[in-house]
Amino acid sequence: MPSKDYASTRYSGLAEINRQSVKGLQAVVNVGTGNLRGHEAAPLVVGSTMYIVTPFPNDVYALDLTKPGAPVKWRFSPKPRPTSQGVACCDVVNRGGVYADGRLFFNTLDGQTIALDAGSGRQVWRAQLADINKGETITMAPLVADGKVLVGNSGGEFGVRGWLAALDAGSGALVWKAYSTGPDKDVLIGPGFKPFYAMDQGKDLGVASWPGEQWKIGGGTVWGWISYDPKLKMVYYGTGNPGPWNPQQRPGDNKWTTGVFARDVSTGQARWFYQSNPHDLYDHDDINESILLDLPIGGRTRPVLVRPSRNGFMYVIDRITGQVYSADPYGYINSASGVDLKTGRLVPVASKEPKEGYVVRGICPAAPGAKDWNPSAYSPRTGLLYVPHLNLCMDEGAMDANYIAGTPYVGMDVKMYAGPGGNRGVLTAWDPVRRKAAWEIKEDLPLWSGALATAGDLLFYGTMDGWFKAVDAADGKLLWQVRLASGIISQPVSYRGPDGRQYIAVLSGVGGWSGALVAAGLDARDPTGALGFVNAMRDLPLRTKAEGRLYVFALPHG
Amino acid sequence: MSSPFRTAEALLVLALAAGLAGCDRETRDSRGTPLPETGPSADRLDPRPAAYEGNAFQIAQGQRYYAWMNCSGCHFHGGGGIGPPLMDSDWRYGGSMRQIVDTILEGRPNGMPSFKGRITEAQAWQLAAFVRSMSAQPRRDALPSRGDEMSNREPLSLSEQEPILKTTPESDQAKPR
Repeated sequence: MPSKDYASTRYSGLAEINRQSVKGLQAVVNVGTGNLRGHEAAPLVVGSTMYIVTPFPNDVYALDLTKPGAPVKWRFSPKPRPTSQGVACCDVVNRGGVYADGRLFFNTLDGQTIALDAGSGRQVWRAQLADINKGETITMAPLVADGKVLVGNSGGEFGVRGWLAALDAGSGALVWKAYSTGPDKDVLIGPGFKPFYAMDQGKDLGVASWPGEQWKIGGGTVWGWISYDPKLKMVYYGTGNPGPWNPQQRPGDNKWTTGVFARDVSTGQARWFYQSNPHDLYDHDDINESILLDLPIGGRTRPVLVRPSRNGFMYVIDRITGQVYSADPYGYINSASGVDLKTGRLVPVASKEPKEGYVVRGICPAAPGAKDWNPSAYSPRTGLLYVPHLNLCMDEGAMDANYIAGTPYVGMDVKMYAGPGGNRGVLTAWDPVRRKAAWEIKEDLPLWSGALATAGDLLFYGTMDGWFKAVDAADGKLLWQVRLASGIISQPVSYRGPDGRQYIAVLSGVGGWSGALVAAGLDARDPTGALGFVNAMRDLPLRTKAEGRLYVFALPHG
Repeated sequence: MSSPFRTAEALLVLALAAGLAGCDRETRDSRGTPLPETGPSADRLDPRPAAYEGNAFQIAQGQRYYAWMNCSGCHFHGGGGIGPPLMDSDWRYGGSMRQIVDTILEGRPNGMPSFKGRITEAQAWQLAAFVRSMSAQPRRDALPSRGDEMSNREPLSLSEQEPILKTTPESDQAKPR
């Protein structure tokens, strides 16, 4: 799976490449994917095969790692409907596939989940889950847990209704589907639902916390990461922003958007929910990764999930009860003054609230948050969580949005720019026990790539101008870097090859929301382009170009 | 005897007359003769491109629909995002008034939805006129001097005209000013 394990640590136990030897890393594979859009996926290695899922049209490649240059074993073209490109908010990305029991599972932009025989590349089943005519797409990497393929939809900018579905891994049949808005029976809320805070308790809040029938087009999509605790048999995932972005069109807490659900994997029944952004004001989807750790808190070891949230707070939440132990800022925040741990509520700053007919300036963090989808890594050797993230602020002008099925439903003019300090990206090494940053690396461009930690005490990540870097996991010192053909917004991985050696693999290929200016050929003269991200990225076309390539690095033989 | 005042007045009148004669302002035909919903197949015989594009009222209406129909949700204020930019010289499906109207009404295979049934044909022409004003194709005095959007942007009446690339019929090519 892209996150390495169910706890989503992205930690590789391989140590052949370490502080001393990393200088010798050389590219052993350098091959184009023939795709020019944003490559956000993790290359997946199982045995002696590497699997790659490209952005739309979502071609899947199986590469033979036993042969030099990793030739293609098979290729599968799912042929998604081209019209799906018109309802993909933020480039036509795909975050990768997942392997289980001889099968490779992945999603297509036009809303299908497909199971392939991993050996032959033949299709075993395919299920149509999302409806592009309503603005739904699927971009996330599925997770297989308890014999089920877990898949959620994208489309929070199109007035869709969010859901997470569980499909039987064998047949593709729907086992359960949990909506993020609407009556309790649709959200799979029953007697076993015990949220910790009073704000999340009550009947049919998925209807009552919305005006009229707004919940039917209220968002809460599930396009991010899912973690799984096999002991508790619970899955954890976050829900996306409410729709439209203009908050005045949806008074109320807008349950169950922008929060985190804990669900029983076999029935889908909700166990608890915590809403990090009641009545979200800024598109602060709560879909970021949950890293499952056991941490000493108040003198006891507790099972927690650690969540670097889009709103800029690092949440430490009890896996069993949903209690928030701490929520500390890991980036610059002026739109909220903190999190009230008694009520669980985020405390917003009134002067930064968007209002129809006004432009509110200097809102930090910006719409993609202090951190977007790109996942962190945790090293048990250093005890640090490595968070690749953003330092962006924005101006927002709200206006009434019209709902027209299959078209955007946003109601906000946005312009983003660098936050305090002028650097647009940050890599923070966060100490979850001491609840503060151990060190930081400031990056000029926004960080849109995932992180990879290894037992060699290295941390790998990439920048949007194509530098692939290895830094010392203890202090962040730069130990090795190489310039790739295009910006890096994917998820680096490490694996042991069939020859027993350690390899590091990464896809380059700029794009995504942050890189749409280059990947989709936008015009930088309009600062509001790509939901306002263009304004912060005007220099990108001179610093990288669109090109999908797979790179694999290794130490020289002998 | 002519006083200096008389001379000044005469000069002023002359200047005004000259000014009026030389001022070929865009026609204000806001009530106007109804335009046909269908036109001759040859673009140069169709009165609609010129009638819609040469008129500030029609462009301003198009600007309203551009926001109301969520065009701005994909193309933003010309720079693009989900859909391609509309302020540059690149036109995937042609940049003539008629081609843009076709694109709006019929949709295109890579994601542009069809707005047929959601707007009238006349509204599509108004929209097309505004879309072309994002690259300053219409005459300058018909271009909007302020935008409807929240963020402040340079008025379209001050923006540079972009050339329109080849897929567009001769009659709709940008006329250099």
